[in-house]
This record gives sequence, structure tokens and C-alpha cells, in this order.
Amino acid sequence: MQNALQLVWLIPFFPLIGFLINGLFRKQLSKSLIALTGCGTILVSFILSVWVFLQVKNGNSDVAEYFNFISAGSFKVPFAFQVDALSSLFLLIITGIGFIIHVYSTSYMKDETGEHYGRYFSYLNLFVFSMLLLVMGANYVIMYLGWEGVALCSYLLIGYWFKNTEYSKAANKAFIMNRVGDFAFLLALFWIVSKTGSVSFDVVFSKASALGTSDVTIITLLLFIGATAKSAQIPLYTWLPDAMAGPTPVSALIHAATMVNAGIYMVTRSKALYSLAPLSQDVIAITGLATAILAATIAMKQNDIKKVLAYSTVSQLGYIFLALGVGAYTAGIFHVMTHAFFKALLFLAAGSVIHAMGGEQDIRRMGGMKGKLKITYITFLVGCLAISGIPPFSGFFSKDAILLSAYEHNKILYVVALFGALLTAYYMFRLLFLTFNGSFRGTEEQQHHLHESPAAMTIPLIILAVLSFAGGFAGIPDIFLKGGDAIAEFLSPVLPPEGGKTVSHSTELILMLLTTVLVLAVIVLAWFRFRKYKPEEEKGLGKFLKNKWYVDELYEKIIINPLDRFGAFLSNVFDRSVVDGLVNIVGRLVNYGSRQVRLLQSGQVTSYVLLMVLSMLLIMAVQFFLRK
Amino acid sequence: MSGGKGDADNMIPVLFILIPLVSGLTLFFFKNEKSARSWALFSSVVTLFVSVSGLTFFNDSNHLKFSAEWLSFLGSSFSVKVDGMGQVLCLLTAISYPVIFLATWKNQYSKASSFFGLMMLEQAGLMGVFVAMDALLFYFFWEMVLIPVYFLCSRWGGEKRVQATFKFFIYTFLGSVLMLVAIIYLFSQTSDHSFSIESFYRLSKILPAKTQGWVFWLFFAAFAIKMPVFPFHTWQPDLYEQSNTPTTIVLSGVIVKMGVFACIRWLLPVVSVASFQWGDVVTSLAVTGILYASLIAIQQDDLKRLVAYSSIAHVGLMCATIFSETTIGFQGVMIQMFNHGINIIGLWIVVEMIGKQTGTRKISELGGLAQKAPSLAIFALIIGLANLALPLTNAFVGEFMMFNGIFSSGATRYNVIFTVLAAASIILVSIYILNMIRKVFYGNNNEVTMAANDIKWNHKLVLSVIVILIIWLGVYPDSILNLTQGLSETILKQSDVMHLFSGK
Repeated sequence: MQNALQLVWLIPFFPLIGFLINGLFRKQLSKSLIALTGCGTILVSFILSVWVFLQVKNGNSDVAEYFNFISAGSFKVPFAFQVDALSSLFLLIITGIGFIIHVYSTSYMKDETGEHYGRYFSYLNLFVFSMLLLVMGANYVIMYLGWEGVALCSYLLIGYWFKNTEYSKAANKAFIMNRVGDFAFLLALFWIVSKTGSVSFDVVFSKASALGTSDVTIITLLLFIGATAKSAQIPLYTWLPDAMAGPTPVSALIHAATMVNAGIYMVTRSKALYSLAPLSQDVIAITGLATAILAATIAMKQNDIKKVLAYSTVSQLGYIFLALGVGAYTAGIFHVMTHAFFKALLFLAAGSVIHAMGGEQDIRRMGGMKGKLKITYITFLVGCLAISGIPPFSGFFSKDAILLSAYEHNKILYVVALFGALLTAYYMFRLLFLTFNGSFRGTEEQQHHLHESPAAMTIPLIILAVLSFAGGFAGIPDIFLKGGDAIAEFLSPVLPPEGGKTVSHSTELILMLLTTVLVLAVIVLAWFRFRKYKPEEEKGLGKFLKNKWYVDELYEKIIINPLDRFGAFLSNVFDRSVVDGLVNIVGRLVNYGSRQVRLLQSGQVTSYVLLMVLSMLLIMAVQFFLRK
Repeated sequence: MSGGKGDADNMIPVLFILIPLVSGLTLFFFKNEKSARSWALFSSVVTLFVSVSGLTFFNDSNHLKFSAEWLSFLGSSFSVKVDGMGQVLCLLTAISYPVIFLATWKNQYSKASSFFGLMMLEQAGLMGVFVAMDALLFYFFWEMVLIPVYFLCSRWGGEKRVQATFKFFIYTFLGSVLMLVAIIYLFSQTSDHSFSIESFYRLSKILPAKTQGWVFWLFFAAFAIKMPVFPFHTWQPDLYEQSNTPTTIVLSGVIVKMGVFACIRWLLPVVSVASFQWGDVVTSLAVTGILYASLIAIQQDDLKRLVAYSSIAHVGLMCATIFSETTIGFQGVMIQMFNHGINIIGLWIVVEMIGKQTGTRKISELGGLAQKAPSLAIFALIIGLANLALPLTNAFVGEFMMFNGIFSSGATRYNVIFTVLAAASIILVSIYILNMIRKVFYGNNNEVTMAANDIKWNHKLVLSVIVILIIWLGVYPDSILNLTQGLSETILKQSDVMHLFSGK
């Protein structure tokens, strides 16, 4: 049994092979072969992941070591993978959702030429490979390989249409902002290495209790800064909405299956450290909640269908961090899973809408599309119900688990979180109504063009809709079904249940009812506001929200511009005049001195040195050949 | 040579020097340009073959050591040995020459035979520097590298090459003179009046701290100029900008490593007390230089100057790490010397190709090159990513180990602040590399890039070799780390003076 798990390397291996085949032979292979390689390799990984899932179901886990990656004296970093309940759940999400997105892409990207089609699928496979490396790594360094790997892939895919300068700028922004997080992550790693002498999870966590509180707090805060970049939290979230520049399936991949889950996974994996650092936990909870609210307010006023979804991702991730911050790891991971379902669904459905609109993304020019795009409409509606937390859709169970944990932890957190949940319902149904209800506001040509997407796109939507509906049944709370919380049960070897519940069943039921009634009320409100929508200029607060609180502008003013000006000063003034100026003065002095002693006449300096070396050469030769 | 079959076994280090030396001297008599070019490529491939066999078939101390009498009346001997660090750097030297010749196969030079002859003499000198186990011999080879460089830079290159070379000359000549003074002084202090490395190493425990202090600065000036470390760097961007491509590649890929190498072999173990005492000052300079050069690199519009400043930042990190005196840091420097060489050679080839295809090196004039030269774009991206130390490329391993080394250093109290400042460069490097790639390759074509073509097979070949090395060492760095492990520990032990300061 344990030995069988040594084969887990095959899971990332197949996407890697797919990347190489599609990357190297993209000009030779036909489009159908490219699609087959791209999807097939992920499917194999998914099947293997299911097998691993069944293996670890009974609490098995294994660390598979392959070779020494880095070694220096006693410090060793093995290339090792860890398989346990936590990583296997992520394996399923990554390869499962990843596969669906690959299949969807075969149709969505079909207008690309063969070469670019191959490039696209090779990037997609590399993305999955990197994410697998990230969750399978048995130490922080292997995790970090995947950590930067996903940043690279997001860079490649956001800038996929490289002729568009704005898109490649967005790609750069994503990578550079992630690098800021990486910087913190690396510092945390150095700290860990210097205090524990290792990067392997088992060693680090077993030595964690021996670390001082300040060490643990610094390490965990630095790790969290790393997580804020990957998982788009304050202050490093602004790259994610811009990442919409990539093809829509890529957004689904980034937002649902891969990249943004990285930070959550890392914090959860480092639970042993965070449980020793209450300050860091509070920081996480507050940052998460603040991000949730901030992003939700911005989402209310966005007009790009993908931007709304992007901010909703940022907001939902905020909820997950809130859960992690209050110590409800299982609830957080549960929400990662359901969020992966419904966010993949929403993005792919949005892709179907954009596809039908011939590339249009502005919801002000949509409307009334539910007639022509039936499947897309229904699946999108399922997604909206799920994300808003309407029972019995999946989001209800996971969000409720988070809200309840927040309630137990701190009533203020709960109230704010509940407010955020209402905003979620508001902006999601605004999006739904503007897109699918009312009358069509686009051009004649667009209206004529409207059509449902082909089966390769709608079948993934249907599968994801089923998952978005039923995915929550994996974690039914005790009040409805004793022992219904299968996911907590499954994760318990890695994330043991956190103490007994302090909230009585009746309170729990009342809270649920309250949330649901309020959310339904907000949906009705949204219906009355947006069923007959007319575009209008935003003013005051609306304009402020539409412009995303001017955070990008603020960063530009206080960080980017000063740094740029400072660099220009160093480059144009300091280096040229001060440093080099001094050198030139010294140079002139040497020149002057040399003229005085008439040693270096007519600039023939080199010949003197040459003479010196030649004579040394001669001496050497004489010594060599005349000695014996 | 003292004949006998026994010595034939010990020829590897001698061959390293002899093959390029003989090849270079004969090259001066070549008339035909084509045959000179072919002869240079041929002999450099032979050297590469010897170097690889020194890593595989003959990888034991018997084959890698040679000693003969030379200038014995001066207390010097022709003592050469290829240790772990020597193996790595000789391999780098041996790889770089065929790569350079292939990548610049079509370049035309007036007086080609002299050009290639000087290139080969330079290689002989480099090999000598890396294997010399005698201070005078080391100095001799050090100069033997520089003389050809002066000629190469001043006779083949851009319009302002003479001024740039003169600045370089003044700098390095000054450094060499200071180093010579230091070597002769140390020689006079040895108990057995010898230039041998063992005698020099014994001095580290004998010389008083004050004396070590000024000897340290005499040496360090020479090495800091060569690396170069801020603020001794201003010769570099000018020279790289003006010099011909093969010379630029050797300068930045290999010669720069002489400074790093020399700190490890001839500075730390010889004046250990001073190295420890002045470590903080040197590290401060180096760390300042990392940020300083990175910030300036962001501002550069000329591709060559961008690469030059990028190199200053990367080498600064190596310099800072050396003085942290930790095993992991040392090992990081060892592997990074090789990695940086490979990566910057790749970058130069890419820059050369961009210049050849478009006629300009100005980033602001370029754009959309990926549509015209997709292969070049892919190679540029991979090499660029290696340069910003993306994991699973070679440079990540080196940088990760070096940062770790600085952080865990016991030789300084400022380890945390040094690491934070040095590691901040990973953000800056991603800014200038990705912006460069974006502005050169992405976006739409313009009139400059419209007529560009993709690269030819010889460039694809050499760039593929570089990419394979990048990935290989990114995935399995232990292949180099294993070579240098022993030496790193030996030198650290030799340089360890911390117990003398434990009272403080």
C-alpha cells in the first residue's frame, strides 16, 4: 500500500509530458492531436488522482522521496512528494476541474492557428503541472517550485495574445506583484531554515513548538504576505482583475482550479505554525474579511462580465482566509472546493456569453440573452445561486460553515461577514439580470449572431452545474444529518476537528434562516433594480467603487513613480556624474602622473605590460626546456 | 618537462593551458580567415573534451595535479591543480569558447587570425588562473588574461571603444599593481620564502590583524574591480557597450568570475582575520550594489547596458555571500559562478541576435519581434527567466542557497537586514527582464522589426545547449554541488577565525 503511493510522481509527470509534446511539436501536430494530448494527459492524471484519493481515504499518507534536489553540508532538500488527505483533495480539484477546462478550451480556442493552439495547450498543461508540484511537495522548496511555476504560467497565459500591449502589461503586473509575495515567502523560508535546519514539513512542524513566539509570528506573517499575492488579498490583489486579459478558460483555471488556491493551501499546510501564532491568525482573519468586503463593493459597480467575476473571486477568497484566520481550516478547504465548482462554472458560462457576443464583455451592451442561450443561462443561474449561498446549493453549506465559525469566534466578524454575503448576492444577481434578463442592448449584428455554444462547451457547463448544486452535500452539518460532514471526516487525519461546537443547534438554525432570508431579500431587491436596466453615468460613491477605490492609482503614486524617479536619478545623474566622475578624476591624475615620469608615452601602455608578460613567458619556457 | 610515463597521467591541468596557448600562438601565423576560425573552433572543442574527461574518466586527484620547477630562485613553482572549484570554472571556460565561436560564426573581423589568436591566449590565461596553486603563477596568468583583453577591446568594437578600454585598463592595471604589492609582501612574510598556496594559507594565523587589514584591501581592490563590485563598476557598462560580442561574452561570462574565484581562493583563506573584520563593510558595498545596479538596470534603454547592470547586481550577490562564510552560501556561490556564466552567455547571444536582425539595441525602438522571430523570442524568454532565477532554472538554486547563506551567517550581526535588501532584488530583476521582453518581443511590429528574420540553425544549436544546461542544473544541481562540496568545507575551515572573536 505505502509503496504504491511512490508512483504519485506520475500525476505531475503526465501534464509535463503534455507540455513538452505540445510545446515542441506545436507546428507539426494537427489541432485534434494537440487537443487530445492536452486533455488526455490531464485525464490520466485525474484518474491517478482518484486512485490516490481512494488510497488515502482511510487515513493513509506517504512521503515519496526521489532524489536530492539541493544539498550543502548537513542541509538537504529532497525532491519529495507528500500524499495525504489534504493534498489528495487538491489533486482532485486541480486535475478534475482542470480537465473540464481543457475540454472546454478545445472548442473555445478553435479559431486559433495550429501553432498558437499548441502553445495555448502547452501552457495550460504546464499550469496544471506547476500546481500539482505545489500541492504535492513534501517541503517548502518543492512547494515553492510550483509556487513560482503557477506565476510563470499565469504570466504566459495572461499575455497569451502578445500582440496586445495592454495584455502583456497585465501579464507583467501579475508576475511582478506575485514576486513581491515570493520575496516574503522566501524570507520566511530562510527564517525557517536558519531556525530548524530543514524545509521538510514533518521536520519543521515537529520543531515548531520549540521556536520562540516572535520567530513563529514573523515566519507566519511573511508566509501570509506570500499568500496575499497568490490568493489575491489586500494589499497584493490588484493583479487578479487585470489578469482577465487572458482567454476566458484561463481565468477559470486561475480562479477555480489552480493559482488562487495556492496561498490557501500553503497556509493550511502550515497550520502547525499558525496555531502557535495567534497574532498572525488575527491578521489573516481581518485581512480576509476586509478583502471580502472591499472586493464585493468594487464588484457591485463593474461592467465587464469577467471583472465582476474576478472581484467576486477576490471576495470569496477573503472569506476563505477569514475561515483560516479563525481556525476553521476544514470550512475553508470546503469552500475552496465548492468555490472551484461554481467559479469554474461562472467563468466558463461567461465565456459562452462572450463567445456568443463575438468577444463583447461589457454587460451594459448585453441583456435578454436567456432565450437564445438556454443552457448557459440555466447553468449561470445555478452558479449564482451557489455563490450566493441559497440552500441546498453547494455554496450554502460551505459559506454557512465559515459564517458559523466566525460567529463562534467573534460576533463583529460575523456581522461584517454576513453583510459581505449580502453584497455577494447583490452583485451576482445584478450580473445575471443585466446579462440574461431585460431587453438586448447590443448592436443588431450582435443580436443576429447570438447562439448557444457547441457541446464541447455546454457539457462542461452542465457537469459543473451539477457539481455546483450537489457539491455541498459533501459537508452537511450535524443538525441536518448526523455524520453528514464527510469532508471534515476525510480531512481529519491532517486537520483534526477543532474542539467542540459552542453554538447550540437552535442558534445555528436561526443564523442559517437569517442569512437565507436576507440573501433572498437582496436578490428580490436586485431584481427590481436591474430587470429594466438603463446605463447611466456613475457619480459619487458609485464612481469611487467603479474606479476600484483608486487603489491602482494610489500604488502608482506612492510606490511606482517614486521608485522610477529614484532609479532615473541614479542612472542619469548619480552613476554618471558622481561615481564615474570620481573615476575620471582618478584617471586624469594617473594620466597626468604618467606624463610626468614619461613612462607611458603616446598611450602605448599595453606594450609595456605585454613586454612584461612575454618576458615571463620566455623565462618559463627557458626553465622548462633547458632544465633537463 | 621531466618526461616519464608517470607524468602523462597528470596532464589535465597542463593541457587546459597548453592547448589554447599553442593554438593561440599558431593562430597568429594563419593567413586565411576561414581556416583561422575553424582552427580556433577545433582547438576549443578539444579543450572542452579534455575538460569533460577531467570531470568523468580522470576525476581523481592523481590526474588533476601537476607540479614542476619554475623560477625556483624566486621561491615560485609551476604548481597547478584542478580542484572542485577549478573543475567547475574550467568547464565553464571550456564550454564558453565553442559556444561563442559558433554563435558568432558569421561575424567578420579585420585581421581575423590575430583576433582568434588573442581569444585563445585569453583562454589559456583563464585556465591558468583557475588552476594555479602558486601566487606568482596566479598573478602571471591573471595578467595573461588581461593583455589580450586590452587588445581585443581596443581594436575590435564600437566607435568609442578606445576610451572605454582605457578606462578599463586604468582600473584593472591599478588593481593588478596593488595585488602584486600584496603578493610580494606576503611572500616576504612566509617562513619558507615561497609563493606556494600552502605557505600563503599558513600566514592567515600568523599575520597580525592590522597587517592583514591593508593586505586585504590591496587584494580586494583588484578583485572588486574585476567582479565588479559597487562603486568600482563604471568601466563595465561602457566597455560592454563598446566591445565586440565575443570579448564581451568572455568578459562577463568568465573573466568576471575571476574576481569571485580569487576572493574564495586567495583572499578569505589567506587574510582570514581581515576578511572577517572587514566582512560587514564589503557586504554593505555588495548589497548596496545589488539594489543600485538593479534600479539602474530598470532605466536602461540599451540592451547591452541593461545586461551589464544586471550582471553587476548578480555578481554583487555572490560577493556578499562569500563574506557570510557559510557552507550553504559557499556552495551557492560555486554553482552560481557556473550558472551566471551560462545565463549571461545566453543573454549576450540573444542581444547580439536582436541587434543583427534589427540593426538596433535600443529597447524603445523595438517591438513585436516575437511575430518575426518566434524561436528567438522563446529562447530569450527562457534565458530571461533563468536570469530572474525562476525555480527549475539553474539560477534559482544558486540564489536560494546564497540568500540562505547570508541569512544564516554567523560572521555578521546584520544578516537579516543584508538578506532582506539583497533578496528585494528578485522583485527588481523581474521588472527589468519582463519589461525588456515585453518591449522587444511583444506588441505590434514597427518599421524596425518589420524586416527581421528568425535565427539560423547555429544559433538555435548553441541556445539549445544553453537552455539544456539551464534546465539540467535547475532540476539536478547536485551534479555540480557534489564537485565543490569538499572544497567549500576545506576553505571555510581554513578561513574560520570566529573563535578568535568569540570573546567580543
